[in-house]
Amino acid sequence: MNRFEYIRPATVADAIAALNEPAARALAGGTNLVDLMKYDVAQPSRLVDINRLPLKSIEITPSGALRIGALVTNTDLAWHRDVREKWPILSSAILAGASPQLRNAATAGGNLMQRTRCYYFYDPSTACNKRQPGSGCSAIGGVNRIHAILGASDSCIAVHPSDMCVAMAALDASVEVEGPDGKRSIPMSGFHRLPGGEPERDNTLKVGELITSIIIPKPDFGAHHTYLKIRDRLSYAFALISVAAALRVEEGIIQDVRIALGGVAHKPWRDFDAERSLKGERVGTQSFKQVADFILRDAKGQGDNDFKIELARRAIVRALEQAAAGTPQDQADKSIH
Amino acid sequence: MSVGEITHIGRPTNRVDGKLKVTGQAHYAAEYPADDLLYGYIVGSTTAAGRIAAMDLDAARQFPGVVEIFTHENRSKAAWLDRSWRDEVAPPGHPFRPLNSDRILFDGQPVALIVAETFEAARDAASLVRIAYDVDAHCTELEAKRAEAYAPPKKRSGIPPPPDPRGDAEQAFQNAPVKISRDYRINAEHHNPMEMFATTCVFEGDGKLTIYDKTQGSQNAQGYVTSVFGLRSKDVRLVNQYVGGAFGAGLRPQHQLFFAVMASLELERSVRVSLTRAQMFHIGYRPDSYHTVSLAADRDGRLQSIMHDAVASTSHYEDYQEAVVNWSGMMYHCDNVKLTYQLAKLDTATPCDMRAPGAAIGVTALECALDELSYELGIGPLEIRRINFASKDENTNKQFTSKALLECYSEGAAAFGWEKRSPRPRAMKEGRELIGWGVSTGMWDAFLQKAQATATLKVDGTLEVATAASDIGTGTWTILTQIGAEAFGLPLEDVQARIGDSTLPMSPVEGGSWTAASNGSAVQAACDAVKHSLFKQARKMANSPLADASFKDVEVRDRRIFRKDDPARGLSIFEVMHAAELTEITEQGKVSPNLRQMLKYISYTNSAVFAEVRVDEDLGVVRVTRVVCAAAAGKILNPKTARSQILGGVVMGIGMALHEEAMTDHRLGKIMNANLGEYHFPAHADIEDIEVIFVDEKDDKVSPLGVKGLGEIGIVGTASAVANAIFHATGVRVRDFPITIDKILNSPRPS
Ligand SMILES: Cc1cc2nc3c(=O)[nH]c(=O)nc-3n(C[C@H](O)[C@H](O)[C@H](O)COP(=O)(O)OP(=O)(O)OC[C@H]3O[C@@H](n4cnc5c(N)ncnc54)[C@H](O)[C@@H]3O)c2cc1C
Ligand code: SF4
Repeated sequence: MNRFEYIRPATVADAIAALNEPAARALAGGTNLVDLMKYDVAQPSRLVDINRLPLKSIEITPSGALRIGALVTNTDLAWHRDVREKWPILSSAILAGASPQLRNAATAGGNLMQRTRCYYFYDPSTACNKRQPGSGCSAIGGVNRIHAILGASDSCIAVHPSDMCVAMAALDASVEVEGPDGKRSIPMSGFHRLPGGEPERDNTLKVGELITSIIIPKPDFGAHHTYLKIRDRLSYAFALISVAAALRVEEGIIQDVRIALGGVAHKPWRDFDAERSLKGERVGTQSFKQVADFILRDAKGQGDNDFKIELARRAIVRALEQAAAGTPQDQADKSIH
Repeated sequence: MSVGEITHIGRPTNRVDGKLKVTGQAHYAAEYPADDLLYGYIVGSTTAAGRIAAMDLDAARQFPGVVEIFTHENRSKAAWLDRSWRDEVAPPGHPFRPLNSDRILFDGQPVALIVAETFEAARDAASLVRIAYDVDAHCTELEAKRAEAYAPPKKRSGIPPPPDPRGDAEQAFQNAPVKISRDYRINAEHHNPMEMFATTCVFEGDGKLTIYDKTQGSQNAQGYVTSVFGLRSKDVRLVNQYVGGAFGAGLRPQHQLFFAVMASLELERSVRVSLTRAQMFHIGYRPDSYHTVSLAADRDGRLQSIMHDAVASTSHYEDYQEAVVNWSGMMYHCDNVKLTYQLAKLDTATPCDMRAPGAAIGVTALECALDELSYELGIGPLEIRRINFASKDENTNKQFTSKALLECYSEGAAAFGWEKRSPRPRAMKEGRELIGWGVSTGMWDAFLQKAQATATLKVDGTLEVATAASDIGTGTWTILTQIGAEAFGLPLEDVQARIGDSTLPMSPVEGGSWTAASNGSAVQAACDAVKHSLFKQARKMANSPLADASFKDVEVRDRRIFRKDDPARGLSIFEVMHAAELTEITEQGKVSPNLRQMLKYISYTNSAVFAEVRVDEDLGVVRVTRVVCAAAAGKILNPKTARSQILGGVVMGIGMALHEEAMTDHRLGKIMNANLGEYHFPAHADIEDIEVIFVDEKDDKVSPLGVKGLGEIGIVGTASAVANAIFHATGVRVRDFPITIDKILNSPRPS
């Protein structure tokens, strides 16, 4: 762990000013950043502790959307009454992640910004393009059980590990940020990025920008949704595959559909073409299998993770079955129905 | 309740150290305060084989707070002979000597120690050390070295080598009507106790050291320190009062002990060195292993041939050995048996005993194979085990001192509801989950080791018992207190146990599940000796009411010594001691194995494990919903801590079945999941009902207390019971542990 400067600004403006240098980092719950510092993976010159900023509220906007302050903890968000009633898929996804202790500390903004769990990224003695651009990717041809099957590049095959973000992707969230050049809103689908030739960039946030809140429009899926997470043990493990699925169904015909996948790519994965192909189809395992095949048409395994392609296919079908039946997966129930 | 009715032995008793632990008053090795304490941080190699070409220490040396950096170039002198580095449980070979040379033997090998005024400074400076290596080719993959495996030329003391073949196993296999031959793989596992290895070495001056170390044997570690550094035994005291788990990783002295003592002696200051969680992955592990098990039976299910060939990993510098295949020769009756056990050298640290070493893997392979055979035969998996019950140890031709295994089968089966099992795989289903039931036998040694203790009766009637045992979470504090309290008819509060200190009476390391039997029996013997002296003093007194009594006629209870047939006739302990002008009576107790008896008898703990799993039919997600472990372990001193031991063993067995594995990048020779986020073992959600049954078993030969020990039996047979249940649920047989989702999905589905 390196030496660093520590400051704790009281206003968003001060925080942005303090963050306006490439090696400055915001410190929220610290559950990811502090770990990375201990492993010498993150070596910030300055820690800007944002915990005093007024970004801790959950509000319903006049249009009925949900506004989540960047510092709302994962626990508060998951158990918030309105969220549980109107955005249950978000609540469910958060509760599928980490442990109660971590969720108590982790924040919404930190969750969006959390870095990959690629084993090599965490070990500074290995080559990793994300940690050290140009050094190579050790995961290719290495231990890559938890790596990407979609959207990977020759320079990085890491996945974004979040559960919360998968639900947010399905819910068409947008990320409100504020920086030296003012405020902007980034749609969730454009927030995280694919690695391409620049795997060191996880997302499209610019230097000096701070996430202030996340906005989620009001969904209209009724009970036709689910968050299904498949992992190597029944709790406290990152997703091998996760699926956030939501349907609007009228008389057995699919009117609208959202399918977001976690654990498969460098970003929560949505495939709008695939979703479109399901619209107008009849609810049923057959059409669900077709859309799963469609989503995974370009899927590519890396060896250890080859099984994730078939697992993703089956998980998508199962999640859509759960959503269609209006019986979302309950995260307290370890059996998958 | 009056004191007169107290019986402590066999009563469920809370841990006497429980409150100290949960209130933070029990100090662990890294928590002892010391004046002017320095902190050491270990730098590990980043390559698995080669030599250190150059070290750039300048930046680290200049870092504020850094006091000294030790490397192979400036390490202080330590012992020269291998013998001096060998501890009580060391395998044959050249024990690892930290900073001995520029040679790298495994990834993460300690190559420097940064000593600084604060832990943070030491850690920060460690990140500034730059080391260049001349890298050699390495191999960490057992598969690649399987062909070069060899039978270890020199045997590890205390580990029986595989028995000589009996009968003609090959021929019998050929001739038998029903047979199977299968390959199993059990991945390397890491102990990962909760407490990190740590040593606080207090430099007392006058050449004296007090060392607080995380170890399973204070005297073993103390002996290592004195012999490595050439110190006098009386100058070194080593304390391990509380140990936050170890599972075998603390049997041998670990790196941090060497480093803390070396730095302390060199700098003449107190030094603390703790390992990080990642460094815990470089101190030894349960070896990676392959097993080929061939079994053949007649059509009635009677075993005609057993062959078990195992290859396990070891390091380049030591031949670590455990009894892996021997179990296959003695768990069941069979006249034709051939067992082989070989090692293959990898560029890793030496493996290290981990809970039920040998049995945990060997029995898993055998018990899965037997399950496979039972389906070939069309005989129930419990039935085939009963049919082949071994009434003596056919490896050694010795009688068992007791073996209530059939009772384990029947009581376990009844509690589990086994008779409702449908024999066919894939026959039980609920919702999207296939349900399977599996069974396995478990077996572990019941050892008695040499041990000594003292008991001291005070004039106020309270008692102290002492032995250099360790309590690694097993409940040793509590059972020794119970034994003392039982002997003198005292409430537990009036008995103080003292353990975890090298200056106490001789004790072996805490391992092998022998502590309860060995140290417990020594404490009991010491208590008996005290009672004898008390009685002698009492009888000597003028007008003694016990003048005409003999020792067997008297009882000590409620601070009195009195005649059993007439409790009114007796004396208070105070009266006796007062008359004899004594403030206390101290006596010693000793136990050692009965060598004459051992010519004829041998002792084991036995168990039957029943498991229910539910497996999602498409997604391959496994849930272990029920486990019943029925164990025959002789007398149970404390059913509460005993049950905890079995529960912990079963949980670890479930981890072996489904979760635990070191994921090594063999190109780099590096364990990639060296943290508790990615090295998985069961979380709470993975554990549902576990029922523990202790069947009645009287054994007057195994140990003076009739106790067999329980620390390890819980894990043996659990992984196989779970694997067998997965087969029963799905019809898919995975022979590669842990059984993760990918392996279930990739296995061919039964038609
Ligand atoms: C053992 C373990 C298991 C876990 N399991 C899961 C799991 O199963 N599923 C899952 O989804 N997550 C899991 N997590 C990850 C956890 O969700 C994240 O660590 C957490 O959400 C990060 O939030 P934080 O507030 O602690 O972020 P911090 O650690 O404080 O920050 C993380 C990053 O975000 C940046 N940042 C924080 N806030 C802002 C902001 N407002 N604007 C700009 N940048 C910001 C920081 O600079 C830093 O780079 C796990 C974590 C651990 C340690
Ligand atoms: S997958 Fe990405 S994060 Fe992992 S080693 Fe390769 S470049 Fe680094």
